[in-house]
Amino acid sequence: MSLLSVNDLKVSLGGKPVLKGLSLDISAGEFVGLIGPNGAGKSTLLRSVLGFVAHQGGVSIGGRDASAMMARERAQQIAYLPQERDIAWPVSVEMLVMLGRFPHLGAFAAPGEADRAIADAAMRRMEVDGFRDRPATALSGGERARVLIARALAQDAPLLLADEPAAGLDPSHQITLMRTFAALAAEGHGVVASMHDLGIAARWCSRLILLDQGIVVADGAPRAVLTPERLRAVYRIEAFVGEAGGGPVLLPLDITAS
Amino acid sequence: MSDVARYRLVLALLSALTLMLFAASLTVGPAAIAFGASVKALFSSSGSAIALIMQEIRLPRAILGLMIGATLGLSGAVLQGWLRNPLAEPALLGVSASASLGAVLAIYTGFSALFPLGLPLAALAGAVAAVLVVQAMAGLRGGALTVILAGIAISSLASAMTALALNLSPNPFAALEIMFWMLGSLTDRSMTHVWLAGPFMLVGWAMLASLGRALDALTLGSDAAASMGVDMRRVQFLAVFGTAASVGAATAVAGVIGFVGLVVPHMLRPLVGSRPSRLLPASALGGACVLLAADTLVRVIAPERELKLGVLTAIVGAPFFLWLVYKTRRQML
Repeated sequence: MSLLSVNDLKVSLGGKPVLKGLSLDISAGEFVGLIGPNGAGKSTLLRSVLGFVAHQGGVSIGGRDASAMMARERAQQIAYLPQERDIAWPVSVEMLVMLGRFPHLGAFAAPGEADRAIADAAMRRMEVDGFRDRPATALSGGERARVLIARALAQDAPLLLADEPAAGLDPSHQITLMRTFAALAAEGHGVVASMHDLGIAARWCSRLILLDQGIVVADGAPRAVLTPERLRAVYRIEAFVGEAGGGPVLLPLDITAS
Repeated sequence: MSDVARYRLVLALLSALTLMLFAASLTVGPAAIAFGASVKALFSSSGSAIALIMQEIRLPRAILGLMIGATLGLSGAVLQGWLRNPLAEPALLGVSASASLGAVLAIYTGFSALFPLGLPLAALAGAVAAVLVVQAMAGLRGGALTVILAGIAISSLASAMTALALNLSPNPFAALEIMFWMLGSLTDRSMTHVWLAGPFMLVGWAMLASLGRALDALTLGSDAAASMGVDMRRVQFLAVFGTAASVGAATAVAGVIGFVGLVVPHMLRPLVGSRPSRLLPASALGGACVLLAADTLVRVIAPERELKLGVLTAIVGAPFFLWLVYKTRRQML
C-alpha cells in the first residue's frame, strides 16, 4: 500500500530552486534512508510533504491528495520528528510523550485509557518509561532524543518522517534506534529518515533514496545505490564498500582528488 | 493521578484567594464602612450614601481589578507559550503603548472632555490600529519573530508620539493629566467602564483560552506542533487578536499596568508542572489576585494621596524581572 506518493515536486526557497522535479513512492513496510550531501534538499523534501513550504507538484498521503487534507488529518497519517530538539518548558517526560496523542483527540476531550496505553508502549519501546516523571529539559542529549522519538511513536501514524534522528546518539543508541525503525517497518509502518551516516544507512535501511541538487540520483536497495562511483560523483569521497556480518559495510576513506 | 489532583488544588486555592482579595477590595477604602454593613449595602436598593459608595465606586473598581488582572495574567501566559519565550508579556505586541497613545491624544485634543467614554474609546481605537498594523506586517505566514519585531516598532512609535503630545502640550494641566493617566489606576472608575471594557475582555479571554492544547504542542517547537495538526496561522490570529481585545480594553479603562503579565505566569509555572495549557487558568486567577491585592494596597499605603496602581506593580515587578534575568543567565552558564 502506498503511504506517500510525490510526483514532480518542485520547491523554490528565496527564489532559488531547491527541489527540481522530484518523484518517489513510499510503501508500507519500508524503512527508507534519505541520503545526500548538505543542501541536497532532504529536509526541504520532508517539510514540503508536511505542507510547511509552498510547492508545485502532486503530494498524496495514504492515497489522498495532500492539498485537500486538514492539518489534523495529515497528522493522523504522518508523524514527524524534526531535527530541532529544543524543549521550551520543563514539562514531564510523560506529558511530552502524551502530546503525540493530540491529533487523535476530540476538541475538548482528555486522553483516555487507550491513549495512555499507546503512550506507555511508546515510552517502554524507547526505554524512557523509567524517568517519566522527570522534567524533559533536565535529560541528557541522548535521553532527550529518545523521548522525542517516543513522542512521535505515540502519534501512531502509518508513516514516520524523521529528520536526522540518529544525530547526537552514541553507537549503541543509534543501533537501537535503527532496530526500532526496522521493527516499525516490519509491523507495517513506513519510515523515512534523513541521514548523514552512510554506514548506518547502508546497514539498516531496506531502501535508500540518494538526493543531489534537488533531484533523485538513485533509488533502490543499499548495495545498488551506494557504489564507489556514485559516492565519488555525488559526495566527492573515496569509500570502502564491503560486506561483514551479513550486511553491507561502508567507510568513507578520503576526499576524491579533483 | 496525583498530578491532576495537585493541579486542581492549585486552582482551588487561587480561586479562594481571588475571592478573598475581591472581598478585601470591596471593603477597603477612604470611607470607613464595617464589613457587614458594606456587604449589606452592596445588595440594598435604599440609595443611601453607603449603598452608593459600594455600588457605584467600590464594586466597579473591584470588578475591573479582577478582570484586568485576569486579562494580564492570561495574555502573558498565552504569549509566553506562543512565542516560547519566558520574557514575553502583553505589552510586547505594542497594544498597551498604542492604547496609551489613543488616550493621550484624546486628552490632548479635548476629545476626552466631550463625553465620559471619549478617552477609553480613543484608547481602544489605538489598540485596534496597533494590532492591525502588527498583523498586516507579520502576514499570514510571518511567524512569531516578525510579530515581536513589528510590536516593538509599533511600541516605539506610539511612545514617541506620546512624548510628542507631552512636548507640545498647550498647558501644564493637560500634560499633568496625561502623565497621571499613563501611570495606570483604577480610581473613580464606574460601571460604565465595566460595561465598555467587559465585553472586549470576555471575547479576548475566549480567544486566548481556546489555545491551551496548541500551546502544549508548541513546547516542541512550531514545526513539531504543525506536524501534530496545530494550525499555526489560527494560533497567531487568536493570540494576537485575543491579546489586542482584552489588553486593549484593559489599558483603555485603567492605563498601562506593567509587569503583572510578565511576572504572574513565572510565579505559577512551577506549580502547574510547567504545562502551558494548565498555566492559562492558573495565571488568569493569579493575575486577578495580584491586581486586586495591589489595588487594595495603594488605598492602604497612602490613603490621602493615592499611589498609582501601575507605579506599585512596576516597583514590585521590576526587581523581580531583574532576578529573573539573573536566574536565566545562571542557567545559561
